[in-house]
Amino acid sequence: MKNFLTSSIGKKLVMGITGVSLIGFLVVHCYINSLIFLPDGIRRFTEAGHFMGTNPIIRTLEIGLFAGIILHIVQGLMLTVQNKSKRPVGYNVSPGNKSSKWYSRSMGLLGTLILLFLVMHISHFWVPNRYSQHFGSGYEINLYEKMEMVFQDPIVVLVYVLGCISLAWHLLHGFWSAFQTLGLYTPRYAPLIKGLGTAFSIIVPLIFIAMPVAFYFGWLPPASSYVPSH
Amino acid sequence: MSLNSKIPAGELSQKWSLYKNNCKIVNPANKRSLEVIVIGTGLAGASAAASLGELGYKVKAFCFQDSPRRAHSIAAQGGINAAKNYQNDGDSVYRLFYDTIKGGDYRARESNVHRLAEVSANIIDQCVAQGVPFAREYGGMLSNRSFGGTQVQRTFYAAGQTGQQLLIGAYQALERQVALGNVTMYSRHEMLDIVKIDGKARGIIARNLITGKLERHFGHAVLICSGGYGNVFYLSTNAMGSNVTAAWKAHKQGAYFGNPCYTQIHPTCIPVSGDHQSKLTLMSESLRNDGRIWVPKKQNDNRKPNEIPEDERDYYLERRYPAFGNLVPRDVASRAAKERCDAGYGVGTSKQAVYLDFAAAVIRYGTIECSKQGNHSPSAEEVRKYGLAVVKEKYGNLFDMYAKITGEDPYEVPMRIYPAVHYTMGGLWVDYELMTTVEGLYCLGEANFSDHGANRLGASALMQGLADGYFVIPYTLGNYLADDIRTKAIPTDHPAFVEAEKQVADRINKLMSIKGKQSVESIHKRLGLIMWNKCGMGRTAQGLQEAIVEIQALKKEFWSDVFIPGTIEGMNNELDKAQRVADFIELGELMCKDALNREESCGGHFREESQTPDGEAQRNDEEFMYVAAWEYNSDSKWTLHKEALNYEVVKPSQRSYK
Amino acid sequence: MEHYNMNLTLKVWRQQNAQSQGAFETYSVKEISSEMSFLEMFDVLNEQLIHEGKEPITFDHDCREGICGACSMHINGQAHGPWHETTTCQLHMRAFKDGDTIVVEPWRAAAFPVIKDLMVDRTAFDRIIQAGGYISVNTGNAQDANNLPIAKDKADESFAAATCIGCGACVASCKNASASLFLSAKVAHLALLPQGDAERKTRVLNMVEQMDKEGFGACTNTGACEAECPKGISIMNIRRLNAEYIRAGLSGSIAK
Repeated sequence: MKNFLTSSIGKKLVMGITGVSLIGFLVVHCYINSLIFLPDGIRRFTEAGHFMGTNPIIRTLEIGLFAGIILHIVQGLMLTVQNKSKRPVGYNVSPGNKSSKWYSRSMGLLGTLILLFLVMHISHFWVPNRYSQHFGSGYEINLYEKMEMVFQDPIVVLVYVLGCISLAWHLLHGFWSAFQTLGLYTPRYAPLIKGLGTAFSIIVPLIFIAMPVAFYFGWLPPASSYVPSH
Repeated sequence: MSLNSKIPAGELSQKWSLYKNNCKIVNPANKRSLEVIVIGTGLAGASAAASLGELGYKVKAFCFQDSPRRAHSIAAQGGINAAKNYQNDGDSVYRLFYDTIKGGDYRARESNVHRLAEVSANIIDQCVAQGVPFAREYGGMLSNRSFGGTQVQRTFYAAGQTGQQLLIGAYQALERQVALGNVTMYSRHEMLDIVKIDGKARGIIARNLITGKLERHFGHAVLICSGGYGNVFYLSTNAMGSNVTAAWKAHKQGAYFGNPCYTQIHPTCIPVSGDHQSKLTLMSESLRNDGRIWVPKKQNDNRKPNEIPEDERDYYLERRYPAFGNLVPRDVASRAAKERCDAGYGVGTSKQAVYLDFAAAVIRYGTIECSKQGNHSPSAEEVRKYGLAVVKEKYGNLFDMYAKITGEDPYEVPMRIYPAVHYTMGGLWVDYELMTTVEGLYCLGEANFSDHGANRLGASALMQGLADGYFVIPYTLGNYLADDIRTKAIPTDHPAFVEAEKQVADRINKLMSIKGKQSVESIHKRLGLIMWNKCGMGRTAQGLQEAIVEIQALKKEFWSDVFIPGTIEGMNNELDKAQRVADFIELGELMCKDALNREESCGGHFREESQTPDGEAQRNDEEFMYVAAWEYNSDSKWTLHKEALNYEVVKPSQRSYK
Repeated sequence: MEHYNMNLTLKVWRQQNAQSQGAFETYSVKEISSEMSFLEMFDVLNEQLIHEGKEPITFDHDCREGICGACSMHINGQAHGPWHETTTCQLHMRAFKDGDTIVVEPWRAAAFPVIKDLMVDRTAFDRIIQAGGYISVNTGNAQDANNLPIAKDKADESFAAATCIGCGACVASCKNASASLFLSAKVAHLALLPQGDAERKTRVLNMVEQMDKEGFGACTNTGACEAECPKGISIMNIRRLNAEYIRAGLSGSIAK
């Protein structure tokens, strides 16, 4: 069927599928990051980071991840613009929050905020890391040390916190909405999905926020306290 | 012209089969070149247009609403009758036929009613196949309920929205034919005249309500399926747009009008609350299964209902009709309410209402529920709690609607109800084939005078509309068109079309040029008051004579002092309304004349001069066992034709519900 | 229930026809009874306008008992006004108080162009039904109704979806002007019944294609449609629509 993924529902399916993949990515990302809060955290984190950065399967998946992110962003922005055009003359009095949640109506805006944050985030960590691997020393950079350095700037910390808050609202709607779009939000599973989604949208961003904040306030051991064994 | 009802020969139960076996048919190739115009897209119109489209005719369907799905059939609540006998309670085609004839107070044509009962079962099959979600039992079988005036459970229903579900079914079938190109849909169009060529109906003049332009449409035959004329009373349970215009134009072009005075006043409607009232809302007849109707025993009692003790209440239906109690037929219940209110026992601010009380039902159901749970000495609160739950489950949607409209909580205080105009049994006279006295002009559904005699039983209107459209007209129309296959489509520049359009345009110009001072609405309201007071639930010779004079005067006033703002071009709702009201005024006069002529009481027509000593309706079969078919001659002039009703199978008797 | 009268200010959208520019006009109405319906209040205003020799306000309405789906006013920012699960015609003036200003606008959507004043063109809904919102069964094809038992819960669920009145409040309330709730109600109504099974796949694909062609937006699951639907149609129907769509698409069924 030629229009399967380009019809109004098809486009939403693309959003849903990429959205769920990104949720999967967040689980991994969040898991690895949270290692720093464990005893011997620097080592655990660094080893996991090394694995992720060098394992060929992961590196292949990374390409898929980027494709998914880009698709999610481009499709999302296009949908937002297209949907906006379906009401050329707006209302004088808008319903406000009487019939829907503000964040469910603001996915395009929240997504854009996340995108801006993401640009900064990638340029902080992913870009220098891959550059070093392929065009520099041939090895990964010390990400823990990099974090310690980056999160000294209170403005950067603030942007990270705001980015994660945007992510939280985005997920609060996006999580269940993806399941709804994929036809899986059945009455039987609806409470589970909704509950899981809410928990996820709070816990995951909180962990992400915890890192810059912890670094900024010096709650974590300094990078210099860890000497790689090899 | 004498009336020929074309009833087929043979035994009553065989007539329809014999007719179908012997009627002429049109071969599929010829159907493609035959055009049929359908006016109205309610149950009758939509089902007819869809079925004829399926057969291969080229159909043009017209409705004044924005979509065929809005037709007022959608508002029918209770259900649809069918002689399926799924309940094994002794129902049969004959019993449905008999109940309908008796319920109609022996003023309907036996052969038509029998056919209706015969095809009733097919309707349910057809609707289920279309996906109409009727109520079902846990075993997956269709559920039935009982309705007024019958002793079997034969009513199929979809909660309180049966009409909606049936109409959506017919609408979907219609839209399917539109998609297939067999039906062309003209919504927001109003038919304003019939075009006759050589005595046959050959087309219509319609006004596009958006552009205001007049259009000519040719058809080998024209079907009027435009519903009833209850809005002649201004206030009724009809939709705001429901009108008689299509039927009335047909009437003025030679179609006789049958039994115009037969009006059904439904006993359980929400009372009028003030002068602003624009329409009345029905509370389903099913409420009378559990509600008890009463008024205070004292006149002008201003106490709140809950303050009036049991022994000071008059359950007048139970008192007068011990056998049927609160479940007497609609006409009887309505008149009894009027009698109490006229005598000064009415309740509410207007004193034009009676109570419909569920307190006893709450206690009855509550006690049953408690005892189901093993609680044999429940407290009053427990009984009430469980009883309310049962009542809520059965009637919740109706109670909510009542609360929205009145602002009162019917779970706490009794409902106030009063009769309101609901359905018109009268309509264009048709023969067995549903053809009017104009050749090629048919009339289906509530718009024809049809099958309900002088009073319609609950859940029978939906049955008749769909019977006519799905199962009768496909045969009878073919019988007519088979002789018309050589007639080529007539170009609409034919002089008859030109002349008809000119007449319509002249009338519109005339209306717009009056530029008087009164609004259409205000004149319509005055017409409604005359009709309600003098041609409503109780009619007298004197009142009717007065009404005729008053209506004639009102007509003069209308044509000299009405004000219609806006222009002819473009959308102009006031102009649309004015044309309808002009027709209602003329119809009102004919209704009064018919009511005056019929010096007997039967069904919905109650002549106060003709009642038994204890105030019941007194029929006069010797003099009035006929259909009154009125031929239009000229302004305010009609000739009465009589179609004698010959009862071969049923023996008419005085209806008694005591 | 205590009745009271009120004086109100109305800001109403006036537009001569589809081509012309519209604008808000302000009117005041006096002595409006709390017992009136919202449309009866409009009747009063219209009579007032006619007496002033002006053109009354055009709006769609017919049954005035909440079932035909004709009435369609956006009142103070909400489709059909402030009452839950209530059409404009069933909204009563008890919902307002003396001195209130009420803003009344037509449904706003590219697929629902304004015809005049508060009246819009909703024939797009008919065309969506034409694309497949039916079961293809000619008159006379049917078997006995009870030959096809349908479990009560399925029948009830199907009925709940079928109670849609096609008023368009879902489109009017959706920030994307999406017709998904309307479409999904029909798809669910027919997909839940065994009678509808034969055309299940083509139906959903064709109807979605038509919805897109008409210029409705995509569903982003804000839930505004469900909140404003006068019949309480659940967005669980949209879930079912999506599932039906995926099922039909993956099985390689060809639309049209």
